[in-house]
Amino acid sequence: MIFFLKKIPNNYKFLILMILIYFIFGFINFEFTVSCLKNFYENIIKIAPIFFVVYVLMFFANYYVSIEIIQRHMGHNSGLKGWIFTILGSIIISGPPYVLFPLLGDLQKAGMKNSLIVAFLNNKNVQISFLPAMVYYFGLSLTIIVSVYILIFTVVSGILVGRLLDVKTS
Amino acid sequence: MKAAIRKTIHSLKMTIPMVIGILLLINLLNPLFRKFYPLIFTDHYVFDPLIGAVAGSVSFGIPIFSYVVGGELLKTGVSLLAVVAFILSWSMVGLVMLPLEISLLGKKFAILRNSLNFFASIIIAILTVITLQLFQ
Repeated sequence: MIFFLKKIPNNYKFLILMILIYFIFGFINFEFTVSCLKNFYENIIKIAPIFFVVYVLMFFANYYVSIEIIQRHMGHNSGLKGWIFTILGSIIISGPPYVLFPLLGDLQKAGMKNSLIVAFLNNKNVQISFLPAMVYYFGLSLTIIVSVYILIFTVVSGILVGRLLDVKTS
Repeated sequence: MKAAIRKTIHSLKMTIPMVIGILLLINLLNPLFRKFYPLIFTDHYVFDPLIGAVAGSVSFGIPIFSYVVGGELLKTGVSLLAVVAFILSWSMVGLVMLPLEISLLGKKFAILRNSLNFFASIIIAILTVITLQLFQ
């Protein structure tokens, strides 16, 4: 049993746990659980089209932009071009940080600037594939305003962390 | 083409169980805690984003999860300040992933980046809401 549980990925374990919790709640208060499930169903129906759009956009991003293209343009002497490629790359390339850490770790060892790594990692909300979902939930005005602030912060934090790390390591 | 399809399907397989699980959790917790939200979130310009940023920092997943959670919280009366700080810190601060980030990118790098991002998520949330109010 323990061996079987160890083989299940964490995201599926989380889902199984939630289903078990619903069963327990169902025994305690059936009506409350049914109303929670009705709300859940309404939410799923609402977000399904958004998810479809997100994943279609994600596919195009995966198809047209490879990590190698970004890797080629973000080296130590990349200058302004490096910043432009980093920001464009972070907007187009989607993926959770735990997928990007190993790649960025390798790039850091290969000479990629810390400032560019920070900029690449920090800009995880302004992504082509996620923007439709953000607009759906929070509206166009908020999405534009928050995106502008994030992009400004991405550059500022990149410069700041880069400078501080260079000072500390020099 | 095949690689792009494989990558997208892999991402979808990782995401779907988490989204379903999170939605189940939200729909269970919201009716239980809804009455406490107005007491916790009072539209305070510092405390609301601070609470939101703390909650986002300990949470985990791709940004779209945070939009789903944030959107639902907004409907139940949680302030926009808290929700914006929550979605920002969700993707910019990763306490759960800190050990991985330290091991791959270095301790100083990870601590500096995450600390800076935590405060930035609060500041950006405040600036966003103020700017939004100016345009409305």
